[in-house]
Amino acid sequence: VRFDDNRVEVTKEIHAVRAMPGSDWQPLEITPGLPPERADVVIVGGGVVGWSVAYWLKRKERIRDGVRVLVVEKDPTYSQASTVLSVGGIRQQFSLPENIHLSLASAEFLRSINEHLGVLNEDPVDLQFNHSGYLFIASEKGAGIMEENYRTQRYAGAKVTLLSPAQVKEKFPWLNTEGVALASYGLENEGWFDPWSLLNALRRKAISMGVYQCFGEVTGFRYSTHSMPTDDSHQMSFKRIRYVNVRMPNSLEYQPVECAIVVNAAGAHSGKVADLAGIGSGPKDTLAAVPVPVEPRKRYVYVLHCPDGPGLDTPFLIDYSGVYCRREGLGGNYIAGLSPEEEEEPDTRDLEVDYNFFQDRIWPLLAHRVPAFECTKVASAWAGYYDYNTFDQNCILGLHPLVNNMYFATGFSGHGLQQSPAAGRALAELILDGGFRTLDLSALGFERIFHQEPVLERSIV
Amino acid sequence: MCVSVARPYSTVARSPSTPLPLRSKLLFFLSQHFYDVEQLRCLLHPKFKGWIQVSISFHTSVPLCESFTSLAYVFALWFVFSSAVARSVSHRFSGQSEWFRPNEKGKFSWDFVNFQEHPIEEVDVSGTVINCTGLDNLGTAKNLRTLSLRGCREVDDWFLSRLHIFQESLEELNLSGCPRISVGGLCALHHLRKLRKLDLSSLPRVQNPGLVRILLEEVLPHCHITGVEYDEGLQAFQEEKDSEALSSTGTGA
Repeated sequence: VRFDDNRVEVTKEIHAVRAMPGSDWQPLEITPGLPPERADVVIVGGGVVGWSVAYWLKRKERIRDGVRVLVVEKDPTYSQASTVLSVGGIRQQFSLPENIHLSLASAEFLRSINEHLGVLNEDPVDLQFNHSGYLFIASEKGAGIMEENYRTQRYAGAKVTLLSPAQVKEKFPWLNTEGVALASYGLENEGWFDPWSLLNALRRKAISMGVYQCFGEVTGFRYSTHSMPTDDSHQMSFKRIRYVNVRMPNSLEYQPVECAIVVNAAGAHSGKVADLAGIGSGPKDTLAAVPVPVEPRKRYVYVLHCPDGPGLDTPFLIDYSGVYCRREGLGGNYIAGLSPEEEEEPDTRDLEVDYNFFQDRIWPLLAHRVPAFECTKVASAWAGYYDYNTFDQNCILGLHPLVNNMYFATGFSGHGLQQSPAAGRALAELILDGGFRTLDLSALGFERIFHQEPVLERSIV
Repeated sequence: MCVSVARPYSTVARSPSTPLPLRSKLLFFLSQHFYDVEQLRCLLHPKFKGWIQVSISFHTSVPLCESFTSLAYVFALWFVFSSAVARSVSHRFSGQSEWFRPNEKGKFSWDFVNFQEHPIEEVDVSGTVINCTGLDNLGTAKNLRTLSLRGCREVDDWFLSRLHIFQESLEELNLSGCPRISVGGLCALHHLRKLRKLDLSSLPRVQNPGLVRILLEEVLPHCHITGVEYDEGLQAFQEEKDSEALSSTGTGA
């Protein structure tokens, strides 16, 4: 396999011995771009999480070509993919220890990224990582929670420090400390980077290790069902996915890919993919009726230009009102946004930007916190999807109890990029080792959804 | 030196009673431990000495007593001195004006153990392959005033993000000639409030050195930045404008 720019040219040498039963070799290749007829693991979704799982699966296989991995991505241009539309931040300031460990492990991975993802004779990976840290600001109400979170974060190994309003004013004189009771500042392993470089690095390395890539849409699963009685003699039916139907772009032609394991890493569309497998369509008040609680939520991101704005020391500022802002480049540009309330969630049919949202909601809060932003103008804006977990806004990592071979790595609710290397490793351990080995993320499995016990994260942006 | 092992293919199986000759046994053993042999070869070959990374770390969360913590970094210093790459490592304790350096042959005196109580003030690790894990060895040096990282090729942005541990004491920092540093790491230097001198000459990955100097001077007002002129990085734009003007007049006429 040779990797040339962004295209993969597969030069196959046809030897008679390759035409043995069980091989892929076809005498007539009619449609280019069809996926192979058989794969061990099919990963639905070619974003940063999907490629991270593919990379770690290949890295953990003990024999060469031991696992055949296929990554199926709907859109080759990644025009609506959450990965590339992400603001690109990474932080360890969470309240849930599992989230902190995921981010810390991902930062470790990014620190030595060229050891992990370096390909011979190709350029080294350049993430353009800005080590500026996150600054969380809390009011009187939230100061207690921030202190508790600080203890959890320090215990988990994150390098965070608490600052009083006076210290904040001394460190960042451009900040208005009115209403600030406490601030939490990340000193190491926090900042922002370029998500497209990470995605391409993972993709390039995974393809060089032999992962198959297919551009097509998963339109259905063929599964076999078998029922078993429970202790109180109810019949429970379990599914096992046998074939994944992958439809080619702009065509009705589809290829059923016979597979052993399916990984749902489809991001904002994971709920739809789960529906295709029949999850959530059982009789009412049974386990089979519980759908996967992941849905797309649209978030706006605005690029601001302010020549007198804060300088090189600008951290990723997150106010207690929810508005966030970070520096972009060296030319006085900034990126800002805000998560809307439940009632004013925008329509997710398209990715059109509402500029009034900035004028009405973001700008007053931002100008109050950073007075320099009173005279700023919006240079441009974009919108992207969060794969929002409506249950408790934390990721779902694990096997579904009712579909015996479907793993989920979804529902990151805005943290997918920063947790993707560690989440990919965790899922590869689940698949190949049968359980978590490096990080114990069993609290993030499906049990909590079926038991209706939300594992809440208190600091979401 | 190339060691090759070939298992002889023969149609007649060797009878188990005749033992393998010693040479074959040795080669077979080496072939079983191929990766260990490779590592050893890399370590000993002079060309690859630069690949040795100095990265032992001590975790003294609570210093039991002053001398214990200084013993910890005395050991670190001994290790750094004695490793084959550290030819130019040198350091100076506070209250002394002499530097402890290894001489040309790599020999160094053990006098520095006499100064266990004195905190280290200046460290010069230029030209070594120190990386951010190796910075843990200096973690107990709370009074470090000068750090010279000239020409360290493994110092990158992650290393700079860890320098905040010296924010109370570091006054001079020399980063010249480090090929991996970029703006992403330089923006983490604003923690070093006491910094007075910063040397940023010849950083190939920094695209607009003049602009970076201006922005850093805004953030660190008391720091004097050397090695960069304000108009570096602007010349490319000026040449582009001149060449555009020339080409437009050429095609116009």
